[in-house]
Amino acid sequence: MTDPEIYGIMVEFETAEELIHAARAAMAAGYTRVETYTPMPVHGLAEIIGVHRTPVARIVFTGGLLGCIGGYALQYYMTVISYAHNVGGRPVHSWPAYIPVTFETTVLCAALSAVFGMLALNRLPMPYHPAFNVPAFKRATQDRFFLCIRAKDPQFDISGTRSFLQKQGGLEVANVEA
Amino acid sequence: MTDEEIVLAPKQTYETATRDIGEIALTGKFRFGWVAGFAVSFLITMALFTAIGYLFLRGIGIWGVNVPIAWGLAIVNFVWWIGIGHAGTLISAILLLLKQDWRTSINRFAEAMTLFAVACAGMFPILHLGRPWLFYWLLPYPNTMYLWPQPRSPLIWDVFAVSTYLTVSLLFWYVGLVPDCAALRDRAKNRAQQIIYGVLALGWRGSTEHWARYEMAYLLLAGLATPLVVSVHTVVSFDFSIAILPGWHTTIFPPYFVAGAIYSGFAMVLSLMIPLRRYYHLYDFVTSRHLQAMAKVMLATGLIVAYGYAMETFMSWYSANTFEEFMMKNRMTGPYWPFYWSLIACNIVIPQSLWSARVRNNPVTLWFVAMVVNVGMWLERFVIVITSLHRDFLPSSWDMYWPTFWDWTTFTGTIGFFLACLFLFVRGLPIISIFEVRELVHERIRPPVGSAHD
Repeated sequence: MTDPEIYGIMVEFETAEELIHAARAAMAAGYTRVETYTPMPVHGLAEIIGVHRTPVARIVFTGGLLGCIGGYALQYYMTVISYAHNVGGRPVHSWPAYIPVTFETTVLCAALSAVFGMLALNRLPMPYHPAFNVPAFKRATQDRFFLCIRAKDPQFDISGTRSFLQKQGGLEVANVEA
Repeated sequence: MTDEEIVLAPKQTYETATRDIGEIALTGKFRFGWVAGFAVSFLITMALFTAIGYLFLRGIGIWGVNVPIAWGLAIVNFVWWIGIGHAGTLISAILLLLKQDWRTSINRFAEAMTLFAVACAGMFPILHLGRPWLFYWLLPYPNTMYLWPQPRSPLIWDVFAVSTYLTVSLLFWYVGLVPDCAALRDRAKNRAQQIIYGVLALGWRGSTEHWARYEMAYLLLAGLATPLVVSVHTVVSFDFSIAILPGWHTTIFPPYFVAGAIYSGFAMVLSLMIPLRRYYHLYDFVTSRHLQAMAKVMLATGLIVAYGYAMETFMSWYSANTFEEFMMKNRMTGPYWPFYWSLIACNIVIPQSLWSARVRNNPVTLWFVAMVVNVGMWLERFVIVITSLHRDFLPSSWDMYWPTFWDWTTFTGTIGFFLACLFLFVRGLPIISIFEVRELVHERIRPPVGSAHD
């Protein structure tokens, strides 16, 4: 926490392999708040910078389970409790007929929780982020790969980190204004 | 790698793929072909609104429906449209789970097609209600009438299946679009584009942590959409098979409807993708490999459909049920015989030409076969709905059904609406998933050492 005006220092690469290499080097050098930005998912990178598990699957499972119970309970309430109606002498609680709707509500709630859960975990929508202050960062969504060491990192030191990143063989090193 | 295996032209890089696909949406120029096509489809959409307006004014008496044929063109079109939608989900979800790399350049477009096809499909049952403005009575909500919809009826299953399908298709499509909208935001040529794509991109910045969650969510969505797509057409087929009517009351309906849906959906993707690829010179992204693969899926599902027809005919004899037997005879030789035999020609006979590699390799012949299947699948639904209803058990209740001018206007109108939506989509959003194409580029250029990490 040397400079509160700075979000971190960012370096740009041309290929995913160079970025992977630099990310390994940064972690090996003891940095812990390392962020990487890529124009498409790069497999293996998340594990290198210490992102191991995401709770997305659990959120989706919970959503699906709630949808399943909710859908069945809705039909049970409609046909057994609120308006029990004898159709051709069949049981009022005719569960096989409830399966299609239960299935659909399960899928619906699971899908909604997948999307909104993912967005919430990612803190999106986020209209402003310091990373966008770096002019070259425009290409992070197109064809360039970026690595940023956060100023929050206990090891962060403006000149030391800068010279460390300059040694990684990237294109340009830039300070990210907060 | 031979020519037929290429899913992406070797000259494409991260930068060129982003530029080539992004530019179609970002350019300030409007080409004549697009403007003319949009204008025509927009006019047809206006005809749809006119037909709907007149329907609201006069009721469904303006259609050709009667008793016993209460389900006219509205239900034929509903099943046809929703079937078309299924190819989009199949391509984007099932082929993702099967790790088919040829899905990448066609999934976005196919998903958009799904969305608009389901929107067209959804209109018909509502318009057919008689009092369409009371459509919300189909939803379970506490009301002063103290009444609930009947969850033991397949028609209510339909409400849940179709609305879930529309919602999940929309989510799947939009989630795929987020990183591409970010790319367009960062390439925007003016302030308006920057704001519009910026809002759609939700502030996406390609952080690795985000990608990890994104990929997990996307994979789970695909896993959820796969059983969903099968369930939707199964539920649609229950609308028929749960009734006791001869020609509807068969257990083969669910699998045969699902196969038919995929069949017609792939036919529609081909009939739209072939002209689109030519117009925007997308040969680098939509290669002959894609067309070949889609033609083969069409051939395979077409054979399942042919098996379904054969089984229907066989069972009507084997069941030894007079009414079933009569229904089949009536289909083949009754007043609607031209529909039945054109359906056999369109869905079974002509598509067999796809066995020939020459037919599959030539976009013109392939497009022609796809159009024939589109027509054939519409005829299939016509035959199922109309011939079963028009002569059921009691000869005293038999009648004929002929679509009226308003039936045809509504149907043509939805085609115009569908095309108008597609024209807007093609011009405003990336028609090919750019970030997934970048993954293909990455797989190609990645040195062998790097691949050991996977």
